[in-house]
Amino acid sequence: MAFVLSEEQTMLRDMAAQFFAEQVPTANLRQLRDADDALGYDPAIWQQIVELGFAGILIPEDFGGTGFGATGMGIVMQQAGRTLAASPLFATSCLGAGMIMEIGREEQKQELLPQVADGSLLLAVAIDESSHHNPSLIACTASKNGDAYVLNGQKTFVLDGHIAQKLIVIAREDGAKDATGLMAFLVDANTAGVTITRTKMVDSRNAANITFDNVALSAGDMLGNGPASRESIEKVLDLGRIIIAAEMLGGVEMVFETTLDYLKERKQFGQIIGSFQALQHRAAEMFCEVEIAQAVVQDGLTAIEENRNDVPQAASLAKARLGDTARLVTNEGVQMHGGIGMTDAVDVGLYIKRARVQAQILGDSTFHTSRYASLGSY
Amino acid sequence: MDALETFRQETRAWLEENCPQSMRTPMPEREMPWGGRNAEFPNPDTKLWLDRMAARGWTAPTWPKEYGGGGLDKAHNKVLQEELARIHARPALTSFGLWMLGPALLEFASEEQKKRYIPEILSGEIRWCQGYSEPGAGSDLAGLQTRAEDKGDHYLVNGQKVWTSYADKCDWIFCLVRTDTSVKHDGISFLLIDMATAGVEARPIKLISGASPFCETFLTDVKVPKENLVGELNKGWTIAKRLLEHERSMISGMNMGAGAASMGGMEVLAKEHFGEQDGRISEQSIRHAVASHKMDQHAFGLSLKRSAEQAKAGQGPGAAASMFKYYGTELNKRRFELLLDIMGTQALGWEGDGFDSKELAVTRSWLRSKGNSIEGGTSEVQLNVIAKRVLGLPDAGKA
Repeated sequence: MAFVLSEEQTMLRDMAAQFFAEQVPTANLRQLRDADDALGYDPAIWQQIVELGFAGILIPEDFGGTGFGATGMGIVMQQAGRTLAASPLFATSCLGAGMIMEIGREEQKQELLPQVADGSLLLAVAIDESSHHNPSLIACTASKNGDAYVLNGQKTFVLDGHIAQKLIVIAREDGAKDATGLMAFLVDANTAGVTITRTKMVDSRNAANITFDNVALSAGDMLGNGPASRESIEKVLDLGRIIIAAEMLGGVEMVFETTLDYLKERKQFGQIIGSFQALQHRAAEMFCEVEIAQAVVQDGLTAIEENRNDVPQAASLAKARLGDTARLVTNEGVQMHGGIGMTDAVDVGLYIKRARVQAQILGDSTFHTSRYASLGSY
Repeated sequence: MDALETFRQETRAWLEENCPQSMRTPMPEREMPWGGRNAEFPNPDTKLWLDRMAARGWTAPTWPKEYGGGGLDKAHNKVLQEELARIHARPALTSFGLWMLGPALLEFASEEQKKRYIPEILSGEIRWCQGYSEPGAGSDLAGLQTRAEDKGDHYLVNGQKVWTSYADKCDWIFCLVRTDTSVKHDGISFLLIDMATAGVEARPIKLISGASPFCETFLTDVKVPKENLVGELNKGWTIAKRLLEHERSMISGMNMGAGAASMGGMEVLAKEHFGEQDGRISEQSIRHAVASHKMDQHAFGLSLKRSAEQAKAGQGPGAAASMFKYYGTELNKRRFELLLDIMGTQALGWEGDGFDSKELAVTRSWLRSKGNSIEGGTSEVQLNVIAKRVLGLPDAGKA
């Protein structure tokens, strides 16, 4: 049954929940932030994540992974989202590995996927070019030069962009229009002409702006054997959208539970504030939204797993819904905590910051509502 | 061939022979088979279909045979439902007796009462209505004041009920009455009253939609035999709560159905009224609102599915019925508000020229939808139930 976890999945969830709660609590993120850590993640923690098999969770066993599929990845990311665990899991193990699996050549899979699974290779997928995700307007160009290519353009909001050894850059073949001629290139981060600038975001997580100035690439640097179809790229983006929605769900659940606890202990006017109907009704409304968010994320993961033809709808639904639900729950979380909700000492502030960044990853609610309409031919 | 397969073949053959062709088409509201002594059958096939199904016990296929049910186990009932669905058969009986009172009688009534009342429900002979709300007891239902005084061999009932669905067309009413004035919840009893008794009067209430599906029911010195009490004296609240659960899931289910029917063409309607550009609804704000609404519906549908699967696996939130009642009815109200935005003045016709029947139906349904979040427990009551029973938030005044 799609909405009820199997025994194996339940074990995975419990294991991930325990690991993140004990080994990667929010204190871990605070430490990285306060120390202005150059990497923005803790390599020792990453090593533990690798040992648990999470880094290769999407990757088939033939390529050194654990082959737990999208549901497995979603389960792990949901638990990571509960504690705001910073790690290369999303950029490398989900988006990066997803691109290689979907459009890479066989020898690229053979070479790179085992390195993702063993934690030795960090990836970043460079797609966005402006303040809003819009994969149909790629301006970054790859000009053919004999057998080689020259890459020019700029990318922004590249998750883990400054720590990845290899970048996967989505570019447009020079002269191609609209949905045609998209190409994905594997670019070593230290290639001449590549300039990477870390951008410090409000959530203290990793992102970068990257420019490509006449970067010389060989045909072999291309992921796959030629232009990638729009569908194949969207397929990976949809995977990313649903997985990030699962991470968002973890944060939403955590804020909701924490806020509910607070409503049950905080006293004012000689009463527990959770006894006030004005707050009870808002808490009950949040409960409904959280329940619906859980259903939407589970359905998205199942859609990928079963290779259903409504994956795009399910992905846009999940990403838009979780963006809205996270906004509601984090706003209410701060408000219901009152003054202390505004302090850095209390975690709810960390979640509200993370939620807004997550909402922008691979398209916000507005983008996905419009996409959902387009998919329905209106 | 195994037993189920044999049953399927037999059922299919029987249905082929006995389900009239017109009973395999979508059912207009006026042909709904409510039954009762004053039942009207504008389509005579409706009566034929009801009688044939009732004779087999298939108006309630899983209920015991001794009370007029079909005595089928789950597996056989599944086959029957599949075969009915296969030919798009209409329900043979739509009835509050079947949906609400019957299940409560099975659980709480005496053997004698079951034998007397359930067969008449399942055959469609007697139509029941529900006497719960009162002018002074709506959301606070347990504050009801209708008195039933013990007069030795009978109860003497005095009071007024309101929002009694179709009371003017019903034969009997199941009522919550006060049998002890010194306590609140523990002074309520569950009483069955024949509406032909002297002193019972039902007056239809005209709603903002123009329809009158509800009545005020006046009870003045009504003599009710003592054996009409269901369950123990002063223990009626337990039965009432169980019945409300049936009612809540019924209302949220109805909305989904009605919604799906009127929803299909929301985006088509929007293109008609605002025009289209490159296949998109021209008016961006309407396009966004339509997509947003359809996403809400999609998401809500998934949560209903999830809840059903969880229930099968023995998991899930307790007060799911309250959540779905709240969310489903609010969603239904939003749907009609959006339809008004899309259709403009064409959704504001009352009757006559200038509007087609679908447009007029939207107007009336929009008005009717306002009641969804009031009947069966208001949205605010549902939120109270979630806050207290699911989230464990304390009652007001507790330190």
